[in-house]
Amino acid sequence: MDTTHAHNAAASSATPLLETVNLVKHFDISGGLLDRIQWRGSNLEFARTVVRAVNNVSLSIAKGETLSVVGESGCGKSTLARTVLGLYPPQSGQVLYRGERIDNLSPQQMLPYRTKMQMVFQDPYASLNPRMKVREILEEPVRFHHKEKSRSEVKDRVAEVMKQVGVCPDWGERYPHEFSGGQRQRISIARALVVDTEFIVADEPISALDVSIQAQILNLLMDAQEQRSLTYLFISHDLSVVEHISTRVAVMYLGFLCELAPTEELFTNPRHPYTQALLSAIPQLGAPSQDHIRLSGDVPTPINLPPGCVFHGRCPHADKRCRREIPAFLASGDTTLVACHGVEEGRI
Amino acid sequence: MDTLLSVENLTVKFRLRQGDLTAVDNVSFTLGRGERLGLVGESGAGKSVTGFSLINLISKPGFIDSGSIRFEDIEITRLSDTAMRKVRGEKISMIFQDPMMTLNPVLTIGTQMIETLRAHVGCSRRQAEAIALENIRKVHIPSPEKRLKQYPHEMSGGMRQRIVIAIALMASPGLIIADEPTTALDVTIQAEIMDLLLELCATEGVGLILITHDLAVVSQVTQRIAVMYAGRIVETGDTQQIVHRPKHPYTQGLLAALPQHSNRQNRLNQIPGVMPSLIKIPPGCSFHERCDLCQDLCREQIPQLNEKSSGAHVACHLAE
Repeated sequence: MDTTHAHNAAASSATPLLETVNLVKHFDISGGLLDRIQWRGSNLEFARTVVRAVNNVSLSIAKGETLSVVGESGCGKSTLARTVLGLYPPQSGQVLYRGERIDNLSPQQMLPYRTKMQMVFQDPYASLNPRMKVREILEEPVRFHHKEKSRSEVKDRVAEVMKQVGVCPDWGERYPHEFSGGQRQRISIARALVVDTEFIVADEPISALDVSIQAQILNLLMDAQEQRSLTYLFISHDLSVVEHISTRVAVMYLGFLCELAPTEELFTNPRHPYTQALLSAIPQLGAPSQDHIRLSGDVPTPINLPPGCVFHGRCPHADKRCRREIPAFLASGDTTLVACHGVEEGRI
Repeated sequence: MDTLLSVENLTVKFRLRQGDLTAVDNVSFTLGRGERLGLVGESGAGKSVTGFSLINLISKPGFIDSGSIRFEDIEITRLSDTAMRKVRGEKISMIFQDPMMTLNPVLTIGTQMIETLRAHVGCSRRQAEAIALENIRKVHIPSPEKRLKQYPHEMSGGMRQRIVIAIALMASPGLIIADEPTTALDVTIQAEIMDLLLELCATEGVGLILITHDLAVVSQVTQRIAVMYAGRIVETGDTQQIVHRPKHPYTQGLLAALPQHSNRQNRLNQIPGVMPSLIKIPPGCSFHERCDLCQDLCREQIPQLNEKSSGAHVACHLAE
C-alpha cells in the first residue's frame, strides 16, 4: 500500500489530470436593492451578504486516483465539486485539466472537456428525468457528444454500458420510477460512463442508499475505475466509506482545506485538530463509545467567516496567532499538507 | 431486571387497494427498565412502524392487526384516545429524525416546552418554566433563559435536537423511542447527541429504543439489538455478540458490507438483490431470494425466532 501511495504522490506532482489553483467561489445572497439597505449610525448603506463557500482551494488529482473531499454539511465540498466541473463559475482562481485552463472557456470550447468529465449526483430520484425512458436518458449524451455515431452504434454502446453497471439492457424501455434507488444510482453511473469519460465527480453517490446497496454501488465504482482507469473526485461525509475507496483525502472546513494526505496517513496520523476531532467522532462497530474529542460550539456560518483560522473558535489549541492570521497550507512530512499554525510551530 | 415493555406477536398492516400490506409481521420483544435496545434494519424493514405502534401512532390506512403491547401494566393496543394521550409524553416519549419538523417554527422554545408540561402535568406556569429550564440544563445547552425566548430557526440542528430531547424528558418518562435521532446531523454532532442520550439514560434510569440503520452507532449505544428484515425480526440478542458473531445470513451480510479498516480498497461483500417489496413478500423465509445458503425448506416454511446455542434468537432454518 505504501508504495502505491508514494507512486501516486510522485505522479500527482508530475502531470495532474485535474488541478485547482486558489479556487474561490462566493455566492451573493444580498437580494434586491431594498433588502440591502442598512443603517450604519445615521448613514444609509448598501450592504452585501456573501456566502464564502470555497476559499482559496488548491489541489491536484493524479490520473487513476480517487481523491475524496470530506467535511460536515455546509463546508463547501459540493460547491467545490460543481465549480471544478464548471457548473458554477469561480470568483477567482483556476481550474486546469491536463494542464489546460478550463474555467474561462465558452460553453462551445468546453464541449470536448464535457465528454471527459462527468458527474454522479447524490439523489438518484432527482437526477434522472422522470419523463424519459432509461434508454433515452442513456442515449442522449452519446448522441450529443458523438454525432458521427450511427443509431445502431449508439444502441450498442448503451447496451454495453448497461450490462457493465448491472442493469439488464432489456429494461431500457422502462421509466426511472420503476427502479429501486440502487438501480437508479446504477443508471446515473451508466449515464456518466457512456461517453469517453476519464474523470468523474461523484457527489455523495451512496448516501441516499441502504447499507447493503451501498456496498453494491461502491463495488461498481471501484470496478469501473479499474476497467477504464477512471479518476474520481469523491465527495462524502461518510468517513468509513472514504477510508475504503480513496487514494488521498482532503478535509474541508468552512470552505478552506485543513488537511490533505494519503488515506492511510490521514487515518492513522491526523495532524489538523479538526481532522483529529472528526476521526475520533466516527462510531466504530462493536467498540464501546470511546472518549472522542469534544468540540465546543457549532460550525460558524460561511456568511461571516471568523478572522484568522476559521476553526479557532472550536479548536482546543487556538492561541493569539490563530485568531489573527489565516494559516497557510503547508507541507508537513513527505506527503501531507496541513493548514494549521499549531502544526507549523510544532505545538500540536 | 423487571420488565418495562413487552411486545408479543405484534402485526401491523396497511390497507391498500391491492390488498393488505404487512409492515410488521409477528414481532415480539421485551425491554427491561432502564435497558437500551436497538432496532436495526434497512428502509422498509418495518422498524419505524414498530416504533410508532408502541405509542399507537399508526394512522389510517394502517392498523394494529393483532398482538399485544404491554407497558408497565397498561395494554397499549386497547387504550382509548384520551388514555393514549396520557401515555404519550408522560410515560413514553418519542424523538424523531428531523428536529426542524418536530418543533413548531412559529412558537418559541419556551412556549413549546411549557405547553407540553402543562398539558401533561398540570402545574403552574412558573413551575413549568422552572422545570423547562432544568431540563435545558440537563441537555447541556448554555444560557437556558435566553434559549426559552428563541425560535427553532435561531438554533443549529444539533441544538434543536437537544431541545427535542429536553422536551422528551420533561415529564420523566420511563421509555424514550428515538427514531433515527442523528441521521440528519453531522458526525461530530452525532457523537455528542449519542453521548447525551447515553448519559441521560443512565442518570434518569430511562429505557431507550434506538431505531436506526447505522450498525456502528447502535453497537456503541445499546445493550441488545433486534435486526429487522421485511417486517420480521430475524435476529435478536446481546449487542456485542451480534456485532461480532452474527448468526443470521442477513446480519452477516450486512456487517460484511460495511467498509472496514482491514480490507481497504478491496471489494466489499455485497448482498445480491434488494429487500422484497412488502406487498409481495416471498413465501417461506423472506430473505431466501438473496441468501447463499437457501434450501427447499427456506422457500416453503417461515423460520421461527428460536434460541440458538449462543444465546441469541435467530430466525433461520440453517443457523445452529
